[in-house]
Amino acid sequence: MAEKSNAPRRKSRREFLRKLGTTGAVSIAGTSLLFAGSKTGNSDKTPGSKVKMLDQNNRLVEADVSQVSPVSVKIDAGYLNKKGRKGLPGRKFVMVVDLARCRNARKCMKACQGAHQLRPEQHHINVLEMYDEENGASYFMPKPCQHCDNPNCVTVCPVDATFKREDGIVLIDNERCIGCRFCIAACPYSARTFNWAEPKDAEKYKDVPYDMELNVPQKKGTVTKCAFSADRLREGKLPYCVSACPNGVYYFGDENEDLVTNGTTRETVRLSKLLKQNASYTLMPELGTKPRVYYLPPRRS
Amino acid sequence: MAGIHKSEVTISQSGKMEHDLLRTVNWNGRFKLWMGFLSLLLLVCLYFYYLQLRDGLSVTGMHDIVSWGIYISNFVFFIAVSLIGMLISSVLGMIGYKWIKPISRIAEIIAVAFALVAGLVIITDMGRPDRLQHLVMYGRIQSPIVWDITIVITYVVLSLLLLYLPLIPDIALCNKKLTGLPAFQRRLYKILSLGWADKPGQFKVIKRYFRILLIMIIPVALAIHTVTSWLFAMTLRPGWDSPIFGPYFVSGAFVAGCAAVIIAMYFFQKNYKLQEYITNRHFDLMGKLLVLVSLVYVYFNINEIIVPAYKFKPFEVEHIGNLFYGHDSALFWMVQTGGLIIPFLLLMIPKMRKPLPITIISVVILVAAWFKRYLIVVPTQLTPYYPIQNVPERYHSYTPTIAEIAITVASFVLVLMIITILSKLFPIIPVWEMKEENENQKQ
Repeated sequence: MAEKSNAPRRKSRREFLRKLGTTGAVSIAGTSLLFAGSKTGNSDKTPGSKVKMLDQNNRLVEADVSQVSPVSVKIDAGYLNKKGRKGLPGRKFVMVVDLARCRNARKCMKACQGAHQLRPEQHHINVLEMYDEENGASYFMPKPCQHCDNPNCVTVCPVDATFKREDGIVLIDNERCIGCRFCIAACPYSARTFNWAEPKDAEKYKDVPYDMELNVPQKKGTVTKCAFSADRLREGKLPYCVSACPNGVYYFGDENEDLVTNGTTRETVRLSKLLKQNASYTLMPELGTKPRVYYLPPRRS
Repeated sequence: MAGIHKSEVTISQSGKMEHDLLRTVNWNGRFKLWMGFLSLLLLVCLYFYYLQLRDGLSVTGMHDIVSWGIYISNFVFFIAVSLIGMLISSVLGMIGYKWIKPISRIAEIIAVAFALVAGLVIITDMGRPDRLQHLVMYGRIQSPIVWDITIVITYVVLSLLLLYLPLIPDIALCNKKLTGLPAFQRRLYKILSLGWADKPGQFKVIKRYFRILLIMIIPVALAIHTVTSWLFAMTLRPGWDSPIFGPYFVSGAFVAGCAAVIIAMYFFQKNYKLQEYITNRHFDLMGKLLVLVSLVYVYFNINEIIVPAYKFKPFEVEHIGNLFYGHDSALFWMVQTGGLIIPFLLLMIPKMRKPLPITIISVVILVAAWFKRYLIVVPTQLTPYYPIQNVPERYHSYTPTIAEIAITVASFVLVLMIITILSKLFPIIPVWEMKEENENQKQ
């Protein structure tokens, strides 16, 4: 996002800075800012040089070095833990899966397993071959966690290891999980998987601090699940599976903004319109789980 | 003259009773041999638990589709059997049936042993037993597991008290009458008898508190098994998603528990030479009780199975079909007919309620009861809502591994050890209650 600074953006930034200058009352330093790159903040202290950074609303802004002081954030386990449980404020993430476009390329599964340290039989997202009895044809259906608004898995968890964030994402804290597997038993979508043995490449990930949003490193004896790639969302990127798809199956976005972006074509469309015009549906709505993943029906053949 | 004569008879009778019932409290060679065998078996099984701790639950046959296997079914079975202490001592006792006196302690020991070990069984199923403390640190009241743990602990405590309270006079008696006891046992008796001195006031206190316990244990026992059934019923899975799971489990529990008590009665009658105290009449009455509870259980089975089978809802079809004519049908019909219907019909014949035949029938019932729990837990998971794809072939079925079986055997070994030790440390038949009963009959 930071690299792609195009003309209209630059204009709005200038405008922003101009306002800043005229009012002069707003001290950027006061509003705790997270540096996109903290290096700039530390190295160059000469007045007059500008730094680029993201403000609270994830907008890119530029300001004079003298006006800002760096907020040092230590990326340690405590920070990752707190961040993982909080979620991104003001967002409601949503996924739309266009079944008519799925050709079973399985790039999504591969990207997901690679990112999340999963064995080949462990699926955060699983592309199923479904049989449509009405049309006597089969179609492919990618099935990630549905990130239900009424998640049965979260209700039954005895230790609050799996939880629903305010941005709609259902995550799991594998440092809290006791491995009772009640969530696996309770999930009607079979979306969860368990680390029955030592996870793949456990040695390699030994010293990596645990990132709840990525759920890596995986731990033996704990449950793992699709996280809507919460770590990527925080960076303003699309989930691993969404950007890996070569066929434009996935749309991902924010329900509050009513916008979703196709992971392949990068085309952004109105969520409500997309759902309405394409006879969207959710999986087993009769169960009352209220999924956050919508499906557009497969093509009739 | 006649009065004096009568009281002499009573004294000699109660003396004989004391002698008969205290005779079984010893550490004889057979006990040591049996315990040695059990300990050896336990050690072998514990080796497999060590393997599980080392390599994770991958040593079991469980996988992402069947993530609850025989550990959980065994847990449900243990909880089920442990309910019998409540039925016999509490329900029948409070109604006023006197015949349960000599077998009530057997039922309570079974309840304590199974409930205690059930708590361990559930730990063997945990992926991270090292995080057991998280249940206390982060416990969430919404989760049925938290309810289950709370109620299991409550039930274990109440069952222990229910066993212990009427034991106090007998412990004092053991301390007084038995000679040649090892020092540790003497000390144990002394501590546990709480300075009991056979005073009428003390009996009054015991009886009053015993009655409170009897009342308290009824809701707790019902709750323990209802909550255990909710581990399944609170989910949205076909085969589990059933509003009658609570009573279905409770009624099934009484069947399993009665069978367990009958087997134990037979064992104690033969090995402890208690034919005068545990008589054919007790077997006959327990047989009738078993018929009654089986009848209730059959009724719940009909409801639980016929109702969804009639409606044939989309996802229920697969589950019911699997039980009726699919992968698990052989086991299902064996359990339902061989383990419930046939035994229940047989037990209506008086001759079948004699000690040996009823014990054999009870063994069949108990084994079937174990597999019934398996049929409740496992098949539902094999028929998920979405197809099982892109996973190894073995995910389409479930076969417990040697390690899993060994760890389950370990739980039974532990139960047998607890029952053996308790039945050798204390009189298996309540002496003072039998004496009191004897007096009452005389008057």
